[in-house]
Amino acid sequence: MPVRPPEPPGKPLPVLSRASESKAPVQRRPSRLLAPLRETGKLFALGIAVGRAIFRRPFQLREFIEQFWFVASVTILPAALVSIPFGAVIALQVGSLTQQLGAQSFTGGASVLAVIQQASPIIVALLISGAAGSAICADLGSRKIREELDAMEVMGVSPIQRLVVPRVLATMLVAVLLNGLISVVGTLGGYFFNVIMQDGTPGAYLASFSALAQLPDLYVSEFKALIFGFIAGIVAAHRGLNPRGGPKGVGDAVNQSVVITFMLLFFVNMVLTAIYLQIVPAKGG
Amino acid sequence: MGIEVVVEGLTKSFGKQNIWQDVSLTLPAGEVSVMLGPSGTGKTVFLKSIIGLLKPEQGRVLINGVDMVNSSERDIMETRKLFGLMFQDGALFGSMSLFDNIAFPLREHTRKKESEIRRIVMERIDIVGLLGAEGKLPGEISGGMRKRAGLARALVLDPQIILCDEPDSGLDPVRTAYLSQLLIDLNAQIDATMLIVTHNLDIAATVPDNMGMLFCRNLVTFGPREVLLTSDTPVVSQFLAGRREGPIGMSEEKDAATLAAEQQRNDSFGNTATIAAPRTVVPQLEPSPGMPVRQGALRRRERVMAMMGQLPEAARTAILNSYAPAAGGARA
Repeated sequence: MPVRPPEPPGKPLPVLSRASESKAPVQRRPSRLLAPLRETGKLFALGIAVGRAIFRRPFQLREFIEQFWFVASVTILPAALVSIPFGAVIALQVGSLTQQLGAQSFTGGASVLAVIQQASPIIVALLISGAAGSAICADLGSRKIREELDAMEVMGVSPIQRLVVPRVLATMLVAVLLNGLISVVGTLGGYFFNVIMQDGTPGAYLASFSALAQLPDLYVSEFKALIFGFIAGIVAAHRGLNPRGGPKGVGDAVNQSVVITFMLLFFVNMVLTAIYLQIVPAKGG
Repeated sequence: MGIEVVVEGLTKSFGKQNIWQDVSLTLPAGEVSVMLGPSGTGKTVFLKSIIGLLKPEQGRVLINGVDMVNSSERDIMETRKLFGLMFQDGALFGSMSLFDNIAFPLREHTRKKESEIRRIVMERIDIVGLLGAEGKLPGEISGGMRKRAGLARALVLDPQIILCDEPDSGLDPVRTAYLSQLLIDLNAQIDATMLIVTHNLDIAATVPDNMGMLFCRNLVTFGPREVLLTSDTPVVSQFLAGRREGPIGMSEEKDAATLAAEQQRNDSFGNTATIAAPRTVVPQLEPSPGMPVRQGALRRRERVMAMMGQLPEAARTAILNSYAPAAGGARA
């Protein structure tokens, strides 16, 4: 009785496996070093794939509206609630600083600029990645491990076009709109605290506001929010599409998605702010 | 008529672990084929490679001139519309009702009216015996029902190629028998090429036209069912008899020492266990009365008759026996 089943002639198994073992360390070492780079590359590839799939028909309008509604409903209330104290803190801090410097009449302009340009996109980033991104990542991740995404692909439906594109577009649009909401609520909060609590004058507040602030400040704020929404959507989708091993892997993926998005968003925010301050001259300077 | 699937020199590894290598076979158009193999020999991986979900390192899978391994993503997506794949656990969308699940491919790929979709979906639900459960969510039904719903979804676009991943797992013997009959009837009706991956011996013995077996990183054989059913290759005969004695061990293959000890034990006991009675080839299932004649079976007959010279003696006899009553004109 032969020990092994007959094998195709000319392809002895042991030799083959030994060859692959001896090759393995050569292939392995760079792979571990380059793992972060590979992940980054995959993230960019997904970003490009999503960018291309956005223009491919048919557009998933229904899914987009559902996702938009979902993302909006989980972010609006926390955003409004967070933005009031945030605007207040900035107003109080700037107010007390300008008081010491004797530039109290500029409090309005300074705090509004800080809220619109920095605070508002950052709050958007926190909420979009924390509330919407984590939900998207968990949703896609659990679909992936239950083979639903494979089943979809087998039916000739691209999960990127069917699921990821509507989600990314929804986070982008919600981010832009949310940014407007936070700017308004934050500015009102700042105004309230400056005028009521710190005895600032409404006239000086508004005058300095229109003296220092300009429309491009609002544009860059909205542009940041758009980019943040895109990044949060892509990172959540990327982690959700590649969970490692079972339900625990989905939990890890959600965790990673939020952490990676935070780091990316703060870094991108820094770069955008630096570029903006270089190319758009400050008003009245 | 179904589409021929040509697999050439397929090799797949996960990292250092080789799953199988140099697998070459042809699934003849419109015929039913079964891929056997002990658990963990990469049968599911093979299915997923055929449909292009996994990318083997070497080899090609040709369907209508499209290589499912290396062609562009767009071509592969188009070709996948010809497929119906039944996943091992159904892979239904957890957030949709059974009806919506089964209607999903229709809604994505056709512009049919909702009433038309409803008619087609209810027809398929009836075929798999799930009438009355169409409003339930996949989480609310049993594993066997999920499986049948998965089959209904795979059938809804009238696929040319149907792949079934362990259709029997989680089903009781009676339902498995019904399912076997259902697969044959389907084949008679839509003449699709079918590949069933399983380790169920009843399905293997009665359903397919062709059979193959994966073991130990290789395709042991692939050919007309009689070849495998009468084969005396130790792996095949052990598997088909469901014995412990033979090269297949608990983990995968046995080492030489265990085999030698087994051999000795058998010798001392007069070797009654391993010399089984010559296996008889059970006749293949026929389509239910009222179904059309299976075109695939007719084509297969010509094909097998043409290759008769290359087949082993036992298989030749079995084939001739199986065709003897049919030659009397009973089915014509």
